[in-house]
Amino acid sequence: MKTTALNAQVLKADFPILQREMRGGKKLTYLDSGATSQKPLSVIDAQSNFYKTKNAAVHRGAHLLAEEADEAYEGARKIVADFLGAHVDEVIFTKSATESLNAIAYSFGNAEAGSKFALKKGDSIVVTEMEHHANLIPWQQLARRTGATLKWIPITDEGRLDYSILDGIIDSTTRVVAFTHQSNVLGTINDVSKLVEAAKKVSAITVLDACQSAPHFAIDVKKLGVDLLAFSGHKALGPTGIGILWGRSEILEEMEPFLFGGSMIETVTMTDATWARAPRKFEAGVPNMAGAVGLGAALEYLTSLGMENVHAWEMELTQYALDKISNMPGLKVIGPLDAVDRGAVISFTVEGIHPHDVGQVLDQHGIAVRTGHHCAWPLMKKFGIAGTTRASFYIYNTLEDIDNLVVGIKSAQEFFKVG
Amino acid sequence: MELNSLYQEVILDHYKRPHHKGLSELKDIQVHHVNPSCGDEVTLNLSISGGIVSDISWDGVGCSISQASTSIMTDLVLGQTVAHAYKILDNFSELMASKGTMVGDEALLDDAVALAGVSKFPARVKCALLGWMAFKDASVQAIDGSEKA
Repeated sequence: MKTTALNAQVLKADFPILQREMRGGKKLTYLDSGATSQKPLSVIDAQSNFYKTKNAAVHRGAHLLAEEADEAYEGARKIVADFLGAHVDEVIFTKSATESLNAIAYSFGNAEAGSKFALKKGDSIVVTEMEHHANLIPWQQLARRTGATLKWIPITDEGRLDYSILDGIIDSTTRVVAFTHQSNVLGTINDVSKLVEAAKKVSAITVLDACQSAPHFAIDVKKLGVDLLAFSGHKALGPTGIGILWGRSEILEEMEPFLFGGSMIETVTMTDATWARAPRKFEAGVPNMAGAVGLGAALEYLTSLGMENVHAWEMELTQYALDKISNMPGLKVIGPLDAVDRGAVISFTVEGIHPHDVGQVLDQHGIAVRTGHHCAWPLMKKFGIAGTTRASFYIYNTLEDIDNLVVGIKSAQEFFKVG
Repeated sequence: MELNSLYQEVILDHYKRPHHKGLSELKDIQVHHVNPSCGDEVTLNLSISGGIVSDISWDGVGCSISQASTSIMTDLVLGQTVAHAYKILDNFSELMASKGTMVGDEALLDDAVALAGVSKFPARVKCALLGWMAFKDASVQAIDGSEKA
């Protein structure tokens, strides 16, 4: 097996939580990075040092602390911009990817009739059948409020989008196409260029949920060609409470704000106000400065490893895990079985054992996985299952972690006398 | 091993051979309860006549704890007065909230004392309570309905 430039065993030492003990003194095998990643000490320190040495409200105040806080916060924005291949003014800090996606939908809902963002009866919004609830419900609600129709691209039994019927779904009525880069359940990586091309043909706005992609492989917003993109800090080694909304500058220029208040204005009278330019227009209130600084440190950590190396190691883990798991009796992988155009997320069912019960036995082995519907209930219904057990990998996972998982699953099968 | 205290044999028996599972034709009321965090579902049919639980049946999907607990609950409340069923329900809820400090009153709870270990796993308590909460909801609606009728 080829070895990559990334040594997961060594990296583990950077993550304090990975040193702790689990039930019965077991070592922690953390396979739930798809839900949230663990944080290296450099991120924890960056956040804590901001409070210890620089804390002040950004974009206000004339004192040294405010200056340094500004510099740290805007410095973090530059790091995010570089990470995405974007211009710094295109990066908006939010509290989460969920907020970013909702913000887009609310902004479109605030648009004046006739604007390129305003939706009406007869228009359609297109999503996919594999969306996380965060990139489904905001669009359901926007459709309900505006009278637009919500349509979706179905998936095949293998868990990939059915591109063969794309033309029938993205049509002249389509105003928005919102889709995930990588499924949080199936691991499937979608063909962004194909979807962008179809959307552009009908001048629809494209929104990409990059929660499961941006932390795991190199992203260049210019190459992707989408109009708007969201990802969360906490899945990318960063703190919770900080998310990113990226938008092409022409789009942000025209988009209505979705939160009003301090910082986002240009002028204010008792009866009216005008807006600052992006990104300030979309950052009302004192932002999560320490969170932004923590995310900056996280993306610097990832960049220092090299996103190509991150991806290569995850592919090695994924191939190894697919080989091991898909051959186990009673196990069924829900999602693509080959490591092509799929990320380091593997969902599976164990015949005769409910996912919760699988997760409980794994927990006794110190193995943390996610169980249930993964905020993708319609997808579970599509596959006719109540839920899955999901193992998701990141830079600090080793092949030994996957061996532990296999031992844990076998032990669940023995305990429940199945398989 | 802690697993044995959580998954006692009696629980696994109820899981594999659940009682009163399969919805009966008889019903005053039907409720459908879902655990939104995991997707477990229970549909429960209930009939109450003369203040007594005269028929109860259910169907559902879920983990061993939610399914076994629902099965055990139906055994316990069928044929009982609603007042006594509520006494059992309250006692069971208290056991589930005990964080492993109670063993449960076997005279009242019978097989349900096997679920005492669940109270040590906070994430699983809602699994154990799913069917019981469905029963409570159904009984309140059934009684309301009969009073209005």
